[in-house]
Amino acid sequence: MKILWESMPYLLRGMWITIKLALVSEVCILVLGLLIALVRISKIRVFRFLAAVYIDVIRGIPLILQIVIIYFGLVHLGLNLDRFTSGVLALTICYAAYEAEIFRSGIESINKGQMEAARSLGMGYMKSMRFVILPQAIRRVIPPLSNEFIALLKDTALVSVIALAEAFQRSRELMGTLANLTPLVGVAICYLLLTIPLMRLVQYIEKRMARGD
Amino acid sequence: MKGKRFGTAVVLLALMAMVAATLLAGCGEKGMTLTEGKLQMGSDTAYPPFENMEGGKAVGFDVDIATEIAKKLSLELDVISTAWDGIIPGLKTDKYDIIMSAMTITAAREKEINFSDPYIDSDQSIAVKKGSDIKGEDDLKGKIVGVQLDTTGQFTAEKMDGLAEIQKFDTILLAFAALELDKVDAIVNDYPVNAYMSKERGKTEVVAKIKTDEQYGIGVNKENTELLEKINGALKEMKDDGTYDKIFEKWFSAEG
Repeated sequence: MKILWESMPYLLRGMWITIKLALVSEVCILVLGLLIALVRISKIRVFRFLAAVYIDVIRGIPLILQIVIIYFGLVHLGLNLDRFTSGVLALTICYAAYEAEIFRSGIESINKGQMEAARSLGMGYMKSMRFVILPQAIRRVIPPLSNEFIALLKDTALVSVIALAEAFQRSRELMGTLANLTPLVGVAICYLLLTIPLMRLVQYIEKRMARGD
Repeated sequence: MKGKRFGTAVVLLALMAMVAATLLAGCGEKGMTLTEGKLQMGSDTAYPPFENMEGGKAVGFDVDIATEIAKKLSLELDVISTAWDGIIPGLKTDKYDIIMSAMTITAAREKEINFSDPYIDSDQSIAVKKGSDIKGEDDLKGKIVGVQLDTTGQFTAEKMDGLAEIQKFDTILLAFAALELDKVDAIVNDYPVNAYMSKERGKTEVVAKIKTDEQYGIGVNKENTELLEKINGALKEMKDDGTYDKIFEKWFSAEG
């Protein structure tokens, strides 16, 4: 118990890095994911194909491998990124592939008639997408996207492989120096303090939206 | 709904009982080693020349010494590759009989486990990429230093003033990859390892030795005094009959 208490400040500082990592990545993921989804359903076949290849390839490779490749591998292409940037980039590339599929299913779940109606009012494809389809689609994908964010928050632990001192790495360091497993319990509590409220929030949103529909 | 909850509760209770049973079993009486006829050694096998994987087999100075000890104790050696940061918890939870992993005997570690008589001396050192401006400890101010997580290298670096940052890698091999790719400016780590890695891979060099007078020991659980005594006996025998020197020669002959 004493060890748990004493290791908390160090773990919490790591948790702050974890949170920053997740938040910065999430912003990039949402932008990239939506872009890929739009490319994935575009009218031009080559674009559609390329987006599908991206999604399949990225989803088919373990995230931890992508992190190591980006940190160590990109140097050979002249890109020497620091650990935080490498982490954000890897998480973004990976999660964007998953979230692109979520965006796509959201967009495709909107009745085709909506697009036709918008177009018949004289709006172009882009305008119809922007003002008619996307506002509805994004509402629908908020719960699955939130779940992805929770998964992302936990997957930040993988970035410890490139020596970024986020929460998990710090708990392992304390486990080693103190030769004691308590810091692992500490860090688990830290994650739960974030994830459980988030899970509740998602459930709440889902319920409210079910009422709204 | 209620039935479902009850079911979950039963499953949870059963799981907890299983965990408790395993924990209790660990406290019971046991022989000198966990498995009859075997000496299981936990080792972070990414630390040449002490222990490293080669073609799926563990090799190195520690492995050779342990093989010899096992032979003298009529046991068969079994090397279990372990992550360094969990190596002491692994010993304490009976994942293996001994730790032999270039482990420096420190007061903090001695609180948790027993150590054999020291079997080799070591110091810290600074390794840099060839052609670097860093020539010694004073040049490390404002620089990024790579270490292996939870090693005496990390503890040494933490005592230095003015470092820009200490990056802690899971294995020293990863730290060297980072040094070679200019991710870190220098590595602080055990001298024999820095020297061996630099010689083998050729991209780095050791520029300074930091005298710390460290000694490596074999880690054994506190309760297992019988095994500890036998290991100390075997070590002494090896030093007396020349096998120790032969193994030392094999791994460190090229060094000064």
